[in-house]
Amino acid sequence: MDFQHSDDRRMLADALDRWVAQAYTFDTRMALLKTDAGHSPQLWRQLGELGAIGALFTEAQGGLAGSGFDIAVVCEALGKGLVSEPLLASGVLAGTALAQAGAAQADHPHAPVLAAIQRGEAVATLAHFEAGGHHDPLHIATHAQPTAEGWRLQGHKAVVPFGAQAQWLLVSARTAPLNPALPEGGISLFVLSADTPGLQRQGYPTIDGQQAADLQLDVQLPATALLADPDTANEAGQAWPLIDTALAHGLLALSAESLGAMQSAHRDTIAYLQTRQQFGVPLARFQALQHRVVDMGIAIEQARSAVINAAAALTSHQASPTAAKRAARDKALSAAKYTVGQAGTRVAEEAIQLHGGIGMTWELPVSHVAKRLVMIDHQLGDEDHHLARYIALSQGQGHHGHQGAQ
Amino acid sequence: MIFCLVRTDREAKKQEGISFLLIDMATPGITVRPIVTLDGEHEVNEVFFTDVKVPVANLVGQENKGWTCAKFLLTYERTNIAGVGFSVAALARVKDVAHRVTSHGKPLLQDPLFAARLARVEIALDNMKTTNLRVIAAVAGGGAPGVESSMLKILGTEIRQELTSLLRRALGPQALPFPEDALHAHASDDDTIAGGGLPEARFAAASYFNNRKLSIFGGSNEIQKNIIAKTMLDA
Repeated sequence: MDFQHSDDRRMLADALDRWVAQAYTFDTRMALLKTDAGHSPQLWRQLGELGAIGALFTEAQGGLAGSGFDIAVVCEALGKGLVSEPLLASGVLAGTALAQAGAAQADHPHAPVLAAIQRGEAVATLAHFEAGGHHDPLHIATHAQPTAEGWRLQGHKAVVPFGAQAQWLLVSARTAPLNPALPEGGISLFVLSADTPGLQRQGYPTIDGQQAADLQLDVQLPATALLADPDTANEAGQAWPLIDTALAHGLLALSAESLGAMQSAHRDTIAYLQTRQQFGVPLARFQALQHRVVDMGIAIEQARSAVINAAAALTSHQASPTAAKRAARDKALSAAKYTVGQAGTRVAEEAIQLHGGIGMTWELPVSHVAKRLVMIDHQLGDEDHHLARYIALSQGQGHHGHQGAQ
Repeated sequence: MIFCLVRTDREAKKQEGISFLLIDMATPGITVRPIVTLDGEHEVNEVFFTDVKVPVANLVGQENKGWTCAKFLLTYERTNIAGVGFSVAALARVKDVAHRVTSHGKPLLQDPLFAARLARVEIALDNMKTTNLRVIAAVAGGGAPGVESSMLKILGTEIRQELTSLLRRALGPQALPFPEDALHAHASDDDTIAGGGLPEARFAAASYFNNRKLSIFGGSNEIQKNIIAKTMLDA
């Protein structure tokens, strides 16, 4: 089998590595985290120009590539560089939902939003998760009712990635009461501009150097705010497939980002062990530590394989979206997120431990890589959530033990 | 006041020629550079001594015998870092939080995977409590625990770290927020908690990262294993 990336993907990965080395140094990152925006709109636009955002979308979606492997290549490179720009929020989550809804069509009401996302000219986000649901993506209490002009949407969203920076927010809401037998039903997705009256945002940094916000919503929206799946003729309550696809891409993106960050932590740890002297020799000479570094390396290779499996399954489902391929995709994505959840935490903890006291310091990049690695397990479901989901899918069930609207 | 191990005989073997001094931090010649840890806290410093004068009366024990003093203290430090009491309190807190966090309509405490993680660490802690009492009983007549303190340090810090990890996990996405005032303000209970989580979400992740120190300080757990290996293997 050939596990080499295509020339296009290799070139993109090299370009992103160079961009990180030149434009996104550790000092640049730490300075950006102190700014109000918490990231750089200018660097975000550069990522657009480099094709890092366009690569997440197919040509039909106005992008450059769009397969699972393209998503993985971009996210791995940016993970390696510990890049805290809104790739996940804007490019992967919001962008995928819009693209799935046909927003690449010139006459689509939200075509300009998708185009601006793809060029890195705007930041958008998916405001989906709510407090009190732990990692359950179907714990949605935000609701919307039809009005004479369109919709009235009310509710709360929590820890929305880049929620305070986004110019556009895709907000999920129930437009029909929850049916416990079919919790995916009755969910709609609305496109809001950040200046919508009645939208309140409380932004804050997260412990891993990302940005997030809590939203309070009581807003009046025009009918065109409803983002519909093109297959369902613009009916409300049918948005779950859009959200589900966005979350699927998000799982692959986070898994690949973790893979990149793990390599960076491993590389820094090896360099430190080769330099730091103890008892008259470099730490790298101690067999007990050598074995730990090897175990980290083996865990990283397993994680790489998990990301490849997930990218392949996602790509295969894109090409021919059958129910069987979708189940295979979801299993591979949960397997990958579980694997990086476990391996990422372990690599982070070992990187700090093998550095010793200096690994505990703010001034060393490896401590920030470690924080990101651990906190990836707090986004879009942790290792236990995905282990449970994997088991349910293996037993032929949806995540909640029922046959979902697959 | 700071206690310092200082080299007082450069010719002697490594562990000898060290003396144990008490130094007033107000003495001229001492400069302190703060070190911020990965959780944004400031609890450690680099301390520089330049021509600092220390009264003879501040020598603890005998000159050049400071390491003997320090080793004795370290066994107590290790036993203290092992922190059974901390773990008992942390376990109760994790259970309380997991009872209040809802996942798929039920308390997280009833989630089989989370419950298994919790049971494993609870069993380890119960075992360690008895191990700890056995070590203490052995020195009840006086003296200090020896190599056993190394074992307690390893066990205790692994358990404490696992409990901080479980608290972080229990809070899910709500463990992510790290508002500017998280470290400084002693927020009151009616303040909104960023992320909409439980009050424990304010410190769970930071505390997890901060407590990575437990397996590093007081002699890293790897050093403790070297100490134990010496007595087990160098018969």
